[in-house]
Amino acid sequence: MYMLQLLTKHLGQIEIDQNKVLQFEFGLPGFIDENEFVIIDLPENEVIKILQSTKTPDIAFFITNPHYFNMDYEFSLDDATIEMLDIENENDVIIYSIMTVKDPFKDSTINLQAPIIINYRKRIGKQYIINDPSLDIRYSISSLSKKGSE
Amino acid sequence: MLVLTRKKAEAIKIGKDIEISIISIEGEQVKIGINAPKSIDIYRKEIYEEIQLQNSEAMKVPENVISLLQNKE
Repeated sequence: MYMLQLLTKHLGQIEIDQNKVLQFEFGLPGFIDENEFVIIDLPENEVIKILQSTKTPDIAFFITNPHYFNMDYEFSLDDATIEMLDIENENDVIIYSIMTVKDPFKDSTINLQAPIIINYRKRIGKQYIINDPSLDIRYSISSLSKKGSE
Repeated sequence: MLVLTRKKAEAIKIGKDIEISIISIEGEQVKIGINAPKSIDIYRKEIYEEIQLQNSEAMKVPENVISLLQNKE
């Protein structure tokens, strides 16, 4: 296992397994030159993680898996995305929403219209824009409740 | 910017792989068909720009963000 020293925006210098690096061929909207990211666990928080650029320490997003929450959220990927992410099996795919964190925390929002789709078997990802204008780009987290907590 | 005038059912070729055709015109609305390689992402511009904006917004976090997120589940 080859370990990579990585300077991160929020957690300082950390060590990560090189095999955990994810390729984002076309970057993310607004950050098209950021082609490599890693997902880092946040201490003392199982629900929120960090999507950190390996190239630019200052570029990092907080992300959460929307399926942690009680919420109807289902969509299909278009053929181009399935091909681009080389998806053979639905089970290889993991979905995250980018969170815009605010203080107080209850004012934070998540982006449901443009989830991060990751084929973790192939280590490739993409921010996918769902062609459904009814999905909220700034969905309030105060309307979310964790699965099993109701 | 190159400006071309097209009628309904006419099309434009961009390079050898991309074809844009005018499907219908109704008042202010134009329905456009696009044939392009799957590797090319096609978006409504205003939606793409809004995602760009929100991504930039998501990068601006409160200074105390890590303590804010600890034990928040």
